[in-house]
Amino acid sequence: MERIPILRMGEFLLVTIQVDMHDRLAMTLQDDLTNKIVEYGAKGVLIDISVLEIVDSFIGRMLGNIAAMSRILDAAAVVVGMQPAVAITLVELGLSLTGVRTALNVERGMEMLRRELRAARELYSEDDEDDSATDAGEHGAETEE
Amino acid sequence: MPVVKTDEMPIQSPSDIVMARQAVRSIAASMGFSLVDQTKIVTAASELARNTLDYGGGGVLRLVHIEENPRKGLQLVFEDHGPGIPDVQLALKDGYTTGGGLGLGLGGARRLVNDFDIASAPGQGTRVTITRWR
Repeated sequence: MERIPILRMGEFLLVTIQVDMHDRLAMTLQDDLTNKIVEYGAKGVLIDISVLEIVDSFIGRMLGNIAAMSRILDAAAVVVGMQPAVAITLVELGLSLTGVRTALNVERGMEMLRRELRAARELYSEDDEDDSATDAGEHGAETEE
Repeated sequence: MPVVKTDEMPIQSPSDIVMARQAVRSIAASMGFSLVDQTKIVTAASELARNTLDYGGGGVLRLVHIEENPRKGLQLVFEDHGPGIPDVQLALKDGYTTGGGLGLGLGGARRLVNDFDIASAPGQGTRVTITRWR
């Protein structure tokens, strides 16, 4: 069965859609990506659509579903490289891809994913420090104020 | 309306939707449509071909190259002999769907072209005709 390859790069998954997808192929990609996020514990998904010549409501729905499923599975998703003519058409079609993060190109998309991951880690590590301070019964200057 | 050329192709499977997109792209490009206009009519064709397949149970697409001096037009006719649409006005509303999609197909396709016509009756099938002028 025909499949769109999903590449793993560290904590991220990369997909480049290089063919004019028929509907079943799009559904397979959606399922495969969801499974791979869980299998690898991926923290981010980058979908490069720079080769796609159109995005219709079906592919738009697939992108929205991937973004939503990723979020639920604690991974960020970003769609990159949309052609200008595709963006113009998509908006006139009535599809604004609400809830789907986008970036102009792969480089900016990767930067977006890394930044999000860093921000999430910093948030967690602050929580950890607070916990350990309380556990040890230490009272620093900050807590006394 | 002087017709320069007519092609017909089946819409019977998901891969026919891909073929339809490619055929529309190729004729639109050969007629000299801009990239944005090509993208709009190909996207409209994709939506309507999917409707023909999913709701009409399959049908045909006719691609008609029209020349009405001085303008050129690409007309696409999607025809099926499926159950038809009981309420066309309702079906054209954004967000209305009976098939679990986004409900943007018909209304969205209408916004992407210059002329839009739909003829449907319950039990008689559906014919959607769209034209994009250059």
